[in-house]
Amino acid sequence: MKILGLDSSGLVASVAVVEDDTLLSEYTVNHKKTHSQTLLPMLDEIVRMIELDLNEVDAIAVAAGPGSFTGLRIGSATAKGLGLALDKPLIAVPTVDALAYNLYETHGVICPLMDARRNQVYTGIYEFADGKFQVISAQEAISIEEIIEKINQIGREVIFLGDGVPVFREKIEADCKVSHHYAPAHVNRQRAGAVAALGTLYYKEGKVQNARDHQPEYLRLSQAERERLQREKKNCEEKK
Amino acid sequence: MEKEMVSRECEKDTLILAIESSCDETAASVVRNGRQVLSNVISSQIELHKLYGGVVPEIASRKHIEKINQVIEQALADAKVTLDDLDAVGVTYGPGLVGALLVGVAEAKAISYAKKLPLVGVHHIEGHVSANYIEHPDLEPPFLCLIVSGGHTHLVIVEDYGKFKILGRTRDDAAGEAFDKVARAIGLGYPGGPKIDKLSREGNSDAIVFPKGKIEGAPYDFSFSGVKSAVLNYLNQAKMQGREVPAADLAASFQKSVVEVLVEHTMLAAKDYNMKKVAMAGGVASNEHLRAAMKQACDENGYQLYYPSPIFCTDNAAMIGVAAYYEYLKGTRHGWDLNAVPNLKLGER
Repeated sequence: MKILGLDSSGLVASVAVVEDDTLLSEYTVNHKKTHSQTLLPMLDEIVRMIELDLNEVDAIAVAAGPGSFTGLRIGSATAKGLGLALDKPLIAVPTVDALAYNLYETHGVICPLMDARRNQVYTGIYEFADGKFQVISAQEAISIEEIIEKINQIGREVIFLGDGVPVFREKIEADCKVSHHYAPAHVNRQRAGAVAALGTLYYKEGKVQNARDHQPEYLRLSQAERERLQREKKNCEEKK
Repeated sequence: MEKEMVSRECEKDTLILAIESSCDETAASVVRNGRQVLSNVISSQIELHKLYGGVVPEIASRKHIEKINQVIEQALADAKVTLDDLDAVGVTYGPGLVGALLVGVAEAKAISYAKKLPLVGVHHIEGHVSANYIEHPDLEPPFLCLIVSGGHTHLVIVEDYGKFKILGRTRDDAAGEAFDKVARAIGLGYPGGPKIDKLSREGNSDAIVFPKGKIEGAPYDFSFSGVKSAVLNYLNQAKMQGREVPAADLAASFQKSVVEVLVEHTMLAAKDYNMKKVAMAGGVASNEHLRAAMKQACDENGYQLYYPSPIFCTDNAAMIGVAAYYEYLKGTRHGWDLNAVPNLKLGER
Protein backbone atom coordinates (compact mmCIF):
# COMPACT_ATOMS: atom_id res chain seq x y z
CA MET A 1 0.00 0.00 0.00
CA LYS A 2 1.33 3.43 -0.99
CA ILE A 3 0.24 6.59 0.77
CA LEU A 4 1.24 10.07 -0.36
CA GLY A 5 1.58 12.58 2.49
CA LEU A 6 1.38 16.38 2.27
CA ASP A 7 1.84 18.98 4.98
CA SER A 8 1.85 22.74 4.37
CA SER A 9 0.08 23.73 7.57
CA GLY A 10 2.87 25.85 9.00
CA LEU A 11 6.25 27.22 8.05
CA VAL A 12 7.30 23.74 6.97
CA ALA A 13 6.45 22.39 3.53
CA SER A 14 6.75 18.62 3.38
CA VAL A 15 5.89 15.79 1.00
CA ALA A 16 6.44 12.06 1.49
CA VAL A 17 5.55 8.65 0.13
CA VAL A 18 5.14 5.74 2.54
CA GLU A 19 4.80 2.17 1.30
CA ASP A 20 3.57 -0.11 4.11
CA ASP A 21 6.30 0.22 6.75
CA THR A 22 8.84 1.94 4.52
CA LEU A 23 9.36 5.64 3.99
CA LEU A 24 10.23 5.69 0.27
CA SER A 25 10.93 9.37 0.21
CA GLU A 26 10.44 12.53 2.19
CA TYR A 27 11.23 16.11 1.27
CA THR A 28 10.92 18.70 4.03
CA VAL A 29 11.76 22.39 3.80
CA ASN A 30 11.59 24.74 6.76
CA HIS A 31 12.39 28.02 5.08
CA LYS A 32 10.08 30.92 4.13
CA LYS A 33 6.40 30.36 3.60
CA THR A 34 6.21 30.01 -0.16
CA HIS A 35 4.30 26.75 -0.22
CA SER A 36 2.35 27.69 -3.32
CA GLN A 37 5.63 27.80 -5.25
CA THR A 38 7.39 24.92 -3.53
CA LEU A 39 4.94 22.14 -2.64
CA LEU A 40 4.24 20.77 -6.12
CA PRO A 41 7.85 21.09 -7.38
CA MET A 42 8.89 19.17 -4.23
CA LEU A 43 6.37 16.45 -4.99
CA ASP A 44 7.59 16.32 -8.58
CA GLU A 45 11.14 15.92 -7.31
CA ILE A 46 10.41 12.91 -5.09
CA VAL A 47 8.14 11.33 -7.69
CA ARG A 48 11.06 11.37 -10.14
CA MET A 49 13.60 10.25 -7.53
CA ILE A 50 11.63 7.14 -6.60
CA GLU A 51 10.25 6.64 -10.15
CA LEU A 52 6.73 6.70 -8.79
CA ASP A 53 3.69 6.30 -11.00
CA LEU A 54 1.16 8.45 -9.13
CA ASN A 55 -1.60 6.08 -10.24
CA GLU A 56 -0.07 3.46 -7.93
CA VAL A 57 -0.80 5.59 -4.90
CA ASP A 58 -3.72 4.23 -2.84
CA ALA A 59 -4.66 7.45 -1.09
CA ILE A 60 -3.49 10.98 -0.40
CA ALA A 61 -3.01 11.94 3.25
CA VAL A 62 -3.02 15.63 4.00
CA ALA A 63 -2.40 17.61 7.18
CA ALA A 64 -5.96 18.85 7.41
CA GLY A 65 -5.65 21.50 10.05
CA PRO A 66 -5.26 23.39 12.19
CA GLY A 67 -2.56 25.70 10.87
CA SER A 68 -2.07 28.75 8.71
CA PHE A 69 -5.40 29.17 6.87
CA THR A 70 -3.74 29.82 3.54
CA GLY A 71 -1.14 27.09 4.06
CA LEU A 72 -3.85 24.57 4.85
CA ARG A 73 -5.74 25.46 1.70
CA ILE A 74 -2.66 25.10 -0.49
CA GLY A 75 -2.21 21.57 0.88
CA SER A 76 -5.91 20.76 0.68
CA ALA A 77 -6.38 22.11 -2.85
CA THR A 78 -3.30 20.18 -3.97
CA ALA A 79 -4.65 16.99 -2.36
CA LYS A 80 -8.13 17.58 -3.78
CA GLY A 81 -6.76 18.18 -7.26
CA LEU A 82 -4.62 15.03 -7.09
CA GLY A 83 -7.53 13.05 -5.67
CA LEU A 84 -9.85 14.21 -8.42
CA ALA A 85 -7.36 13.62 -11.22
CA LEU A 86 -6.12 10.24 -9.96
CA ASP A 87 -9.53 9.13 -8.66
CA LYS A 88 -8.05 8.37 -5.23
CA PRO A 89 -9.50 8.99 -1.78
CA LEU A 90 -8.13 11.53 0.68
CA ILE A 91 -7.15 10.94 4.30
CA ALA A 92 -7.63 13.99 6.50
CA VAL A 93 -4.96 13.76 9.21
CA PRO A 94 -5.32 16.27 12.06
CA THR A 95 -2.16 18.41 12.00
CA VAL A 96 -1.51 18.19 15.73
CA ASP A 97 -2.01 14.41 15.74
CA ALA A 98 0.56 14.02 12.96
CA LEU A 99 3.01 16.22 14.86
CA ALA A 100 2.64 14.00 17.94
CA TYR A 101 3.06 10.86 15.84
CA ASN A 102 6.65 11.96 15.12
CA LEU A 103 7.50 10.81 18.67
CA TYR A 104 6.51 7.17 18.33
CA GLU A 105 6.62 5.05 21.51
CA THR A 106 7.53 7.93 23.80
CA HIS A 107 6.87 6.79 27.36
CA GLY A 108 5.51 10.11 28.67
CA VAL A 109 2.76 12.17 27.16
CA ILE A 110 3.29 14.20 24.01
CA CYS A 111 2.19 17.81 23.71
CA PRO A 112 2.61 19.52 20.33
CA LEU A 113 2.41 23.31 20.42
CA MET A 114 1.72 25.24 17.24
CA ASP A 115 1.84 29.02 17.54
CA ALA A 116 -1.71 30.11 16.70
CA ARG A 117 -1.11 33.83 17.33
CA ARG A 118 -3.59 35.88 19.35
CA ASN A 119 -2.00 34.32 22.45
CA GLN A 120 -3.17 30.83 21.62
CA VAL A 121 -1.67 27.52 20.60
CA TYR A 122 -3.06 24.73 18.50
CA THR A 123 -2.37 21.82 20.77
CA GLY A 124 -3.46 18.46 22.11
CA ILE A 125 -2.18 15.70 24.42
CA TYR A 126 -1.22 12.22 23.21
CA GLU A 127 0.40 9.00 24.39
CA PHE A 128 1.46 5.61 23.14
CA ALA A 129 -0.09 2.80 25.18
CA ASP A 130 0.61 -0.83 24.27
CA GLY A 131 2.13 0.41 21.03
CA LYS A 132 -1.08 2.19 20.10
CA PHE A 133 -1.38 5.91 19.43
CA GLN A 134 -3.94 7.41 21.82
CA VAL A 135 -5.48 10.86 21.93
CA ILE A 136 -5.78 12.02 25.55
CA SER A 137 -6.95 15.53 24.71
CA ALA A 138 -8.03 16.25 21.11
CA GLN A 139 -6.50 19.13 19.15
CA GLU A 140 -7.93 22.56 19.93
CA ALA A 141 -7.03 26.24 19.99
CA ILE A 142 -6.46 27.36 23.60
CA SER A 143 -4.12 29.58 25.58
CA ILE A 144 -0.68 28.33 26.63
CA GLU A 145 -1.80 28.68 30.27
CA GLU A 146 -4.74 26.33 29.72
CA ILE A 147 -2.67 23.59 28.10
CA ILE A 148 0.05 23.79 30.77
CA GLU A 149 -2.70 23.52 33.40
CA LYS A 150 -3.97 20.36 31.71
CA ILE A 151 -0.43 18.94 31.58
CA ASN A 152 0.07 19.69 35.28
CA GLN A 153 -3.22 17.96 36.11
CA ILE A 154 -2.25 14.82 34.21
CA GLY A 155 0.97 14.89 36.21
CA ARG A 156 3.04 12.73 33.88
CA GLU A 157 6.36 13.37 32.19
CA VAL A 158 5.82 15.35 28.96
CA ILE A 159 7.62 16.09 25.71
CA PHE A 160 6.85 19.35 23.94
CA LEU A 161 7.40 19.95 20.24
CA GLY A 162 6.29 22.28 17.47
CA ASP A 163 6.88 25.87 16.40
CA GLY A 164 5.12 27.07 19.56
CA VAL A 165 8.00 25.82 21.72
CA PRO A 166 10.44 28.69 21.01
CA VAL A 167 7.57 31.17 21.35
CA PHE A 168 6.36 29.91 24.75
CA ARG A 169 9.46 28.30 26.22
CA GLU A 170 9.79 30.86 29.04
CA LYS A 171 6.16 30.36 29.96
CA ILE A 172 6.61 26.58 30.00
CA GLU A 173 9.71 26.81 32.17
CA ALA A 174 7.88 29.07 34.61
CA ASP A 175 4.56 27.22 34.87
CA CYS A 176 5.08 23.55 33.95
CA LYS A 177 5.32 21.58 37.19
CA VAL A 178 6.00 18.12 35.73
CA SER A 179 9.21 16.76 34.30
CA HIS A 180 9.40 17.98 30.70
CA HIS A 181 11.63 17.76 27.65
CA TYR A 182 11.76 19.22 24.18
CA ALA A 183 11.93 17.07 21.05
CA PRO A 184 15.12 17.41 18.96
CA ALA A 185 15.39 19.09 15.57
CA HIS A 186 14.72 16.09 13.33
CA VAL A 187 11.29 15.34 14.85
CA ASN A 188 10.03 18.61 16.30
CA ARG A 189 8.20 20.09 13.29
CA GLN A 190 5.59 18.94 10.79
CA ARG A 191 6.80 16.07 8.62
CA ALA A 192 4.83 14.55 5.77
CA GLY A 193 6.35 11.16 6.66
CA ALA A 194 4.36 11.24 9.91
CA VAL A 195 1.24 12.37 8.03
CA ALA A 196 1.59 9.49 5.59
CA ALA A 197 2.40 6.92 8.31
CA LEU A 198 -0.56 7.96 10.46
CA GLY A 199 -2.61 8.20 7.27
CA THR A 200 -1.76 4.54 6.60
CA LEU A 201 -3.38 3.59 9.92
CA TYR A 202 -6.45 5.68 9.15
CA TYR A 203 -6.69 4.14 5.69
CA LYS A 204 -6.72 0.65 7.21
CA GLU A 205 -9.50 1.77 9.56
CA GLY A 206 -11.48 3.03 6.59
CA LYS A 207 -11.12 6.67 7.62
CA VAL A 208 -11.02 8.07 4.10
CA GLN A 209 -13.08 10.66 2.28
CA ASN A 210 -13.87 11.60 -1.27
CA ALA A 211 -11.67 14.44 -2.52
CA ARG A 212 -14.86 16.34 -3.30
CA ASP A 213 -15.93 16.41 0.35
CA HIS A 214 -12.60 17.35 1.88
CA GLN A 215 -12.02 20.73 3.46
CA PRO A 216 -9.57 21.83 6.16
CA GLU A 217 -10.45 21.90 9.85
CA TYR A 218 -9.45 25.45 10.81
CA LEU A 219 -10.50 25.19 14.49
CA ARG A 220 -11.29 28.88 14.21
CA LEU A 221 -13.83 31.11 12.56
CA SER A 222 -12.69 33.88 10.26
CA GLN A 223 -12.28 37.27 11.88
CA ALA A 224 -15.35 38.64 10.08
CA GLU A 225 -17.55 35.78 11.32
CA ARG A 226 -16.22 36.13 14.85
CA GLU A 227 -16.97 39.85 14.89
CA ARG A 228 -20.42 39.35 13.40
CA LEU A 229 -21.33 36.75 16.02
CA GLN A 230 -20.07 39.05 18.79
CA ARG A 231 -22.20 41.89 17.40
CA GLU A 232 -25.26 39.67 17.18
CA LYS A 233 -24.73 38.38 20.68
CA LYS A 234 -24.40 41.92 21.97
CA ASN A 235 -27.56 43.03 20.13
CA CYS A 236 -29.38 40.04 21.53
CA GLU A 237 -28.33 40.88 25.09
CA GLU A 238 -29.27 44.53 24.67
CA LYS A 239 -32.76 43.52 23.54
CA LYS A 240 -33.19 41.51 26.70
CA MET B 1 -3.83 33.06 -37.16
CA GLU B 2 -7.14 32.18 -38.80
CA LYS B 3 -5.53 29.71 -41.18
CA GLU B 4 -3.69 28.05 -38.36
CA MET B 5 -6.88 27.71 -36.35
CA VAL B 6 -8.77 26.15 -39.24
CA SER B 7 -6.05 23.59 -39.82
CA ARG B 8 -5.96 22.78 -36.13
CA GLU B 9 -9.69 22.21 -36.11
CA CYS B 10 -9.34 19.75 -38.95
CA GLU B 11 -6.66 17.85 -37.06
CA LYS B 12 -8.26 17.65 -33.66
CA ASP B 13 -10.33 19.65 -31.26
CA THR B 14 -8.51 21.47 -28.50
CA LEU B 15 -10.26 21.08 -25.16
CA ILE B 16 -9.35 23.24 -22.19
CA LEU B 17 -10.55 22.94 -18.62
CA ALA B 18 -10.56 26.37 -17.00
CA ILE B 19 -10.74 27.26 -13.32
CA GLU B 20 -11.54 30.68 -11.81
CA SER B 21 -11.52 31.57 -8.10
CA SER B 22 -10.20 35.13 -7.94
CA CYS B 23 -13.02 36.64 -5.90
CA ASP B 24 -16.38 35.30 -4.76
CA GLU B 25 -17.35 32.89 -7.54
CA THR B 26 -15.99 29.36 -7.74
CA ALA B 27 -16.13 28.52 -11.43
CA ALA B 28 -15.06 25.87 -13.93
CA SER B 29 -15.66 25.46 -17.63
CA VAL B 30 -14.69 23.34 -20.60
CA VAL B 31 -14.02 25.28 -23.81
CA ARG B 32 -13.51 23.72 -27.25
CA ASN B 33 -11.21 25.40 -29.75
CA GLY B 34 -11.23 28.68 -27.90
CA ARG B 35 -14.74 29.79 -28.71
CA GLN B 36 -17.19 27.00 -27.99
CA VAL B 37 -18.27 26.83 -24.37
CA LEU B 38 -19.21 23.24 -23.58
CA SER B 39 -19.94 23.95 -19.93
CA ASN B 40 -19.92 26.95 -17.64
CA VAL B 41 -20.46 26.19 -13.95
CA ILE B 42 -20.48 29.06 -11.44
CA SER B 43 -20.99 28.61 -7.71
CA SER B 44 -21.73 32.08 -6.42
CA GLN B 45 -21.12 33.11 -2.83
CA ILE B 46 -23.04 36.38 -3.02
CA GLU B 47 -25.64 35.34 -0.44
CA LEU B 48 -22.87 34.51 2.02
CA HIS B 49 -21.13 37.87 1.66
CA LYS B 50 -24.33 39.93 1.82
CA LEU B 51 -24.19 39.46 5.60
CA TYR B 52 -21.02 41.53 5.63
CA GLY B 53 -21.88 44.12 2.98
CA GLY B 54 -19.05 42.98 0.74
CA VAL B 55 -16.68 40.14 -0.04
CA VAL B 56 -14.80 38.81 3.00
CA PRO B 57 -11.55 37.28 1.67
CA GLU B 58 -11.19 34.52 4.30
CA ILE B 59 -14.82 33.43 3.93
CA ALA B 60 -14.46 33.45 0.15
CA SER B 61 -11.34 31.28 0.33
CA ARG B 62 -13.02 28.77 2.64
CA LYS B 63 -15.99 28.50 0.31
CA HIS B 64 -13.72 27.99 -2.70
CA ILE B 65 -11.96 24.99 -1.15
CA GLU B 66 -15.31 23.52 -0.14
CA LYS B 67 -16.86 23.79 -3.61
CA ILE B 68 -14.02 23.52 -6.07
CA ASN B 69 -14.04 19.80 -6.86
CA GLN B 70 -17.80 19.70 -7.16
CA VAL B 71 -17.73 22.63 -9.60
CA ILE B 72 -14.97 21.05 -11.71
CA GLU B 73 -16.72 17.65 -11.77
CA GLN B 74 -19.94 19.36 -12.84
CA ALA B 75 -18.16 21.26 -15.61
CA LEU B 76 -16.66 18.01 -16.95
CA ALA B 77 -20.01 16.20 -16.70
CA ASP B 78 -21.95 19.02 -18.40
CA ALA B 79 -19.40 19.04 -21.23
CA LYS B 80 -19.58 15.22 -21.43
CA VAL B 81 -15.80 14.93 -21.30
CA THR B 82 -13.30 13.40 -18.90
CA LEU B 83 -9.92 14.70 -17.80
CA ASP B 84 -8.38 12.27 -20.32
CA ASP B 85 -9.96 14.21 -23.21
CA LEU B 86 -8.31 17.50 -22.23
CA ASP B 87 -5.40 19.26 -23.93
CA ALA B 88 -4.61 21.78 -21.20
CA VAL B 89 -5.73 23.30 -17.92
CA GLY B 90 -6.17 27.06 -17.67
CA VAL B 91 -6.42 28.94 -14.40
CA THR B 92 -6.75 32.53 -13.20
CA TYR B 93 -3.58 33.43 -11.28
CA GLY B 94 -4.24 37.15 -10.81
CA PRO B 95 -5.30 39.78 -10.13
CA GLY B 96 -7.66 39.10 -7.25
CA LEU B 97 -7.79 38.06 -3.61
CA VAL B 98 -4.61 36.11 -2.91
CA GLY B 99 -6.18 33.46 -0.66
CA ALA B 100 -9.00 32.91 -3.13
CA LEU B 101 -6.67 32.73 -6.14
CA LEU B 102 -4.41 30.21 -4.38
CA VAL B 103 -7.21 27.64 -4.16
CA GLY B 104 -7.77 27.62 -7.91
CA VAL B 105 -4.05 27.76 -8.68
CA ALA B 106 -3.13 24.84 -6.36
CA GLU B 107 -6.07 22.77 -7.63
CA ALA B 108 -5.29 23.45 -11.30
CA LYS B 109 -1.62 22.66 -10.81
CA ALA B 110 -2.39 19.36 -9.07
CA ILE B 111 -4.83 18.29 -11.80
CA SER B 112 -2.53 19.20 -14.67
CA TYR B 113 0.43 17.59 -12.88
CA ALA B 114 -1.41 14.33 -12.20
CA LYS B 115 -2.82 14.16 -15.75
CA LYS B 116 0.44 15.37 -17.35
CA LEU B 117 -1.37 18.28 -19.03
CA PRO B 118 0.08 21.68 -19.94
CA LEU B 119 -0.75 24.41 -17.40
CA VAL B 120 -1.71 27.86 -18.65
CA GLY B 121 -2.03 30.73 -16.17
CA VAL B 122 -4.49 33.42 -17.21
CA HIS B 123 -4.90 37.09 -16.28
CA HIS B 124 -8.40 37.59 -14.91
CA ILE B 125 -9.02 40.79 -16.86
CA GLU B 126 -7.73 39.26 -20.09
CA GLY B 127 -10.37 36.65 -19.41
CA HIS B 128 -13.07 39.29 -19.19
CA VAL B 129 -11.95 40.78 -22.52
CA SER B 130 -11.91 37.29 -24.07
CA ALA B 131 -15.52 36.71 -22.99
CA ASN B 132 -16.43 38.76 -26.06
CA TYR B 133 -15.15 36.02 -28.38
CA ILE B 134 -17.65 33.47 -27.10
CA GLU B 135 -20.77 34.91 -28.69
CA HIS B 136 -19.15 36.90 -31.49
CA PRO B 137 -17.39 34.45 -33.81
CA ASP B 138 -16.55 37.33 -36.16
CA LEU B 139 -14.78 39.42 -33.51
CA GLU B 140 -11.01 39.42 -33.83
CA PRO B 141 -8.35 41.88 -32.70
CA PRO B 142 -7.68 44.70 -33.12
CA PHE B 143 -10.52 46.41 -31.27
CA LEU B 144 -11.09 48.92 -28.50
CA CYS B 145 -12.29 47.49 -25.19
CA LEU B 146 -13.75 49.19 -22.13
CA ILE B 147 -13.17 46.97 -19.10
CA VAL B 148 -15.47 47.86 -16.20
CA SER B 149 -15.87 45.76 -13.08
CA GLY B 150 -15.88 45.95 -9.30
CA GLY B 151 -12.10 46.04 -9.19
CA HIS B 152 -11.07 47.44 -12.58
CA THR B 153 -11.72 50.22 -15.03
CA HIS B 154 -9.48 50.18 -18.09
CA LEU B 155 -9.70 51.44 -21.62
CA VAL B 156 -7.46 49.30 -23.83
CA ILE B 157 -6.73 48.48 -27.42
CA VAL B 158 -6.65 44.73 -27.90
CA GLU B 159 -3.91 44.65 -30.53
CA ASP B 160 -3.79 40.89 -30.79
CA TYR B 161 -4.85 37.91 -28.67
CA GLY B 162 -3.29 38.55 -25.28
CA LYS B 163 -1.64 41.79 -26.44
CA PHE B 164 -2.93 45.02 -24.95
CA LYS B 165 -2.19 48.70 -25.24
CA ILE B 166 -3.54 50.43 -22.14
CA LEU B 167 -4.94 53.87 -23.02
CA GLY B 168 -6.57 54.76 -19.73
CA ARG B 169 -7.35 53.51 -16.28
CA THR B 170 -9.07 54.72 -13.15
CA ARG B 171 -7.04 56.91 -10.84
CA ASP B 172 -9.06 55.92 -7.77
CA ASP B 173 -12.21 53.79 -7.46
CA ALA B 174 -13.22 51.27 -10.08
CA ALA B 175 -16.60 51.98 -11.67
CA GLY B 176 -18.21 48.96 -10.00
CA GLU B 177 -16.71 49.96 -6.67
CA ALA B 178 -18.41 53.37 -6.92
CA PHE B 179 -21.70 51.60 -7.65
CA ASP B 180 -21.25 49.38 -4.58
CA LYS B 181 -20.39 52.30 -2.29
CA VAL B 182 -23.30 54.45 -3.45
CA ALA B 183 -25.66 51.48 -3.18
CA ARG B 184 -24.55 50.93 0.40
CA ALA B 185 -25.05 54.64 1.20
CA ILE B 186 -28.67 54.56 0.00
CA GLY B 187 -29.28 51.27 1.76
CA LEU B 188 -29.52 49.00 -1.27
CA GLY B 189 -26.94 46.51 -0.02
CA TYR B 190 -24.41 44.35 -1.81
CA PRO B 191 -23.79 43.86 -4.72
CA GLY B 192 -24.71 47.42 -5.64
CA GLY B 193 -24.38 47.50 -9.43
CA PRO B 194 -27.46 45.48 -10.43
CA LYS B 195 -29.53 47.12 -7.70
CA ILE B 196 -28.71 50.66 -8.82
CA ASP B 197 -29.33 49.66 -12.42
CA LYS B 198 -32.80 48.35 -11.50
CA LEU B 199 -33.78 51.22 -9.20
CA SER B 200 -32.63 53.79 -11.78
CA ARG B 201 -35.36 52.73 -14.17
CA GLU B 202 -37.90 54.28 -11.81
CA GLY B 203 -35.96 57.49 -11.32
CA ASN B 204 -35.31 60.76 -13.13
CA SER B 205 -31.68 60.84 -14.21
CA ASP B 206 -31.75 64.62 -14.61
CA ALA B 207 -33.04 65.24 -11.08
CA ILE B 208 -29.61 65.89 -9.63
CA VAL B 209 -26.48 66.95 -11.48
CA PHE B 210 -23.37 65.16 -10.24
CA PRO B 211 -19.85 66.02 -11.41
CA LYS B 212 -18.15 64.03 -14.13
CA GLY B 213 -14.61 63.03 -13.29
CA LYS B 214 -11.98 64.29 -15.72
CA ILE B 215 -8.22 64.06 -15.37
CA GLU B 216 -6.24 67.00 -16.74
CA GLY B 217 -3.95 65.86 -19.54
CA ALA B 218 -5.13 62.24 -19.44
CA PRO B 219 -8.27 62.19 -21.58
CA TYR B 220 -8.77 58.41 -21.34
CA ASP B 221 -8.28 58.08 -17.59
CA PHE B 222 -11.15 57.84 -15.16
CA SER B 223 -11.94 59.08 -11.65
CA PHE B 224 -15.02 58.02 -9.77
CA SER B 225 -14.21 59.10 -6.24
CA GLY B 226 -15.46 62.64 -6.98
CA VAL B 227 -18.93 61.58 -8.05
CA LYS B 228 -19.09 59.08 -5.22
CA SER B 229 -18.23 61.80 -2.66
CA ALA B 230 -20.73 64.17 -4.28
CA VAL B 231 -23.47 61.55 -3.78
CA LEU B 232 -22.49 60.99 -0.14
CA ASN B 233 -22.34 64.76 0.49
CA TYR B 234 -25.72 65.23 -1.12
CA LEU B 235 -27.18 62.55 1.13
CA ASN B 236 -25.62 64.09 4.26
CA GLN B 237 -26.84 67.55 3.41
CA ALA B 238 -30.36 66.31 2.76
CA LYS B 239 -30.30 64.44 6.04
CA MET B 240 -29.21 67.55 7.97
CA GLN B 241 -31.91 69.62 6.32
CA GLY B 242 -34.44 66.91 7.08
CA ARG B 243 -35.15 66.55 3.36
CA GLU B 244 -36.22 63.22 1.97
CA VAL B 245 -34.14 62.06 -0.98
CA PRO B 246 -35.89 60.05 -3.68
CA ALA B 247 -33.48 57.08 -3.90
CA ALA B 248 -34.50 56.27 -7.47
CA ASP B 249 -33.69 59.80 -8.68
CA LEU B 250 -30.38 59.72 -6.87
CA ALA B 251 -29.46 56.31 -8.28
CA ALA B 252 -30.45 57.34 -11.81
CA SER B 253 -28.55 60.63 -11.63
CA PHE B 254 -25.43 58.97 -10.24
CA GLN B 255 -25.57 56.22 -12.84
CA LYS B 256 -26.01 58.73 -15.64
CA SER B 257 -22.93 60.65 -14.52
CA VAL B 258 -20.78 57.49 -14.47
CA VAL B 259 -22.13 56.10 -17.73
CA GLU B 260 -21.65 59.39 -19.59
CA VAL B 261 -17.97 59.49 -18.65
CA LEU B 262 -17.47 55.86 -19.67
CA VAL B 263 -19.14 56.44 -23.04
CA GLU B 264 -17.45 59.78 -23.74
CA HIS B 265 -13.95 58.46 -23.05
CA THR B 266 -14.57 55.32 -25.09
CA MET B 267 -15.84 57.33 -28.06
CA LEU B 268 -12.88 59.70 -27.83
CA ALA B 269 -10.43 56.79 -27.84
CA ALA B 270 -12.22 55.08 -30.74
CA LYS B 271 -11.99 58.28 -32.78
CA ASP B 272 -8.36 59.06 -31.84
CA TYR B 273 -7.17 55.53 -32.58
CA ASN B 274 -9.48 54.96 -35.53
CA MET B 275 -11.11 51.89 -34.02
CA LYS B 276 -14.28 50.72 -35.74
CA LYS B 277 -14.92 47.88 -33.32
CA VAL B 278 -15.73 48.66 -29.69
CA ALA B 279 -16.20 46.02 -26.99
CA MET B 280 -17.12 46.06 -23.31
CA ALA B 281 -16.12 43.57 -20.63
CA GLY B 282 -16.47 42.98 -16.89
CA GLY B 283 -19.38 42.90 -14.48
CA VAL B 284 -20.46 46.51 -15.09
CA ALA B 285 -20.77 45.72 -18.82
CA SER B 286 -24.05 44.07 -17.78
CA ASN B 287 -25.44 47.47 -16.77
CA GLU B 288 -28.43 48.08 -19.04
CA HIS B 289 -28.09 51.83 -19.06
CA LEU B 290 -24.42 51.58 -20.02
CA ARG B 291 -25.25 49.12 -22.80
CA ALA B 292 -27.99 51.34 -24.21
CA ALA B 293 -25.91 54.53 -24.01
CA MET B 294 -22.84 52.88 -25.56
CA LYS B 295 -24.98 51.34 -28.31
CA GLN B 296 -26.47 54.72 -29.18
CA ALA B 297 -23.06 56.39 -29.26
CA CYS B 298 -21.59 53.61 -31.42
CA ASP B 299 -24.53 53.74 -33.82
CA GLU B 300 -24.15 57.50 -34.18
CA ASN B 301 -20.46 57.12 -34.99
CA GLY B 302 -20.78 54.03 -37.18
CA TYR B 303 -18.89 51.71 -34.82
CA GLN B 304 -19.75 48.08 -34.23
CA LEU B 305 -20.42 47.36 -30.52
CA TYR B 306 -19.77 44.04 -28.83
CA TYR B 307 -20.51 42.88 -25.31
CA PRO B 308 -21.02 39.48 -23.69
CA SER B 309 -24.29 38.17 -22.24
CA PRO B 310 -24.57 38.87 -18.50
CA ILE B 311 -23.57 35.27 -17.66
CA PHE B 312 -20.22 35.88 -19.40
CA CYS B 313 -19.82 39.40 -17.92
CA THR B 314 -19.87 38.17 -14.35
CA ASP B 315 -16.82 36.26 -13.10
CA ASN B 316 -16.83 32.91 -14.89
CA ALA B 317 -14.38 30.27 -16.06
CA ALA B 318 -15.51 30.10 -19.70
CA MET B 319 -13.79 33.42 -20.36
CA ILE B 320 -10.65 32.04 -18.70
CA GLY B 321 -10.84 29.01 -20.99
CA VAL B 322 -11.04 31.27 -24.05
CA ALA B 323 -8.05 33.36 -22.95
CA ALA B 324 -6.15 30.18 -22.02
CA TYR B 325 -6.74 28.76 -25.50
CA TYR B 326 -5.07 31.69 -27.25
CA GLU B 327 -2.21 31.61 -24.74
CA TYR B 328 -1.93 27.86 -25.31
CA LEU B 329 -1.66 28.41 -29.08
CA LYS B 330 1.09 30.96 -28.48
CA GLY B 331 2.99 28.40 -26.44
CA THR B 332 2.45 29.83 -22.96
CA ARG B 333 3.15 27.13 -20.37
CA HIS B 334 3.46 27.66 -16.64
CA GLY B 335 5.53 25.55 -14.27
CA TRP B 336 4.56 23.70 -11.11
CA ASP B 337 5.82 26.72 -9.19
CA LEU B 338 3.06 28.97 -10.56
CA ASN B 339 1.95 31.30 -7.77
CA ALA B 340 -1.05 33.55 -7.29
CA VAL B 341 -0.20 37.16 -8.16
CA PRO B 342 -2.86 39.36 -6.51
CA ASN B 343 -1.77 42.57 -8.26
CA LEU B 344 -0.88 41.10 -11.65
CA LYS B 345 -0.73 43.88 -14.25
CA LEU B 346 -2.62 43.71 -17.51
CA GLY B 347 -0.44 42.28 -20.27
CA GLU B 348 2.16 41.10 -17.72
CA ARG B 349 3.50 37.54 -18.07
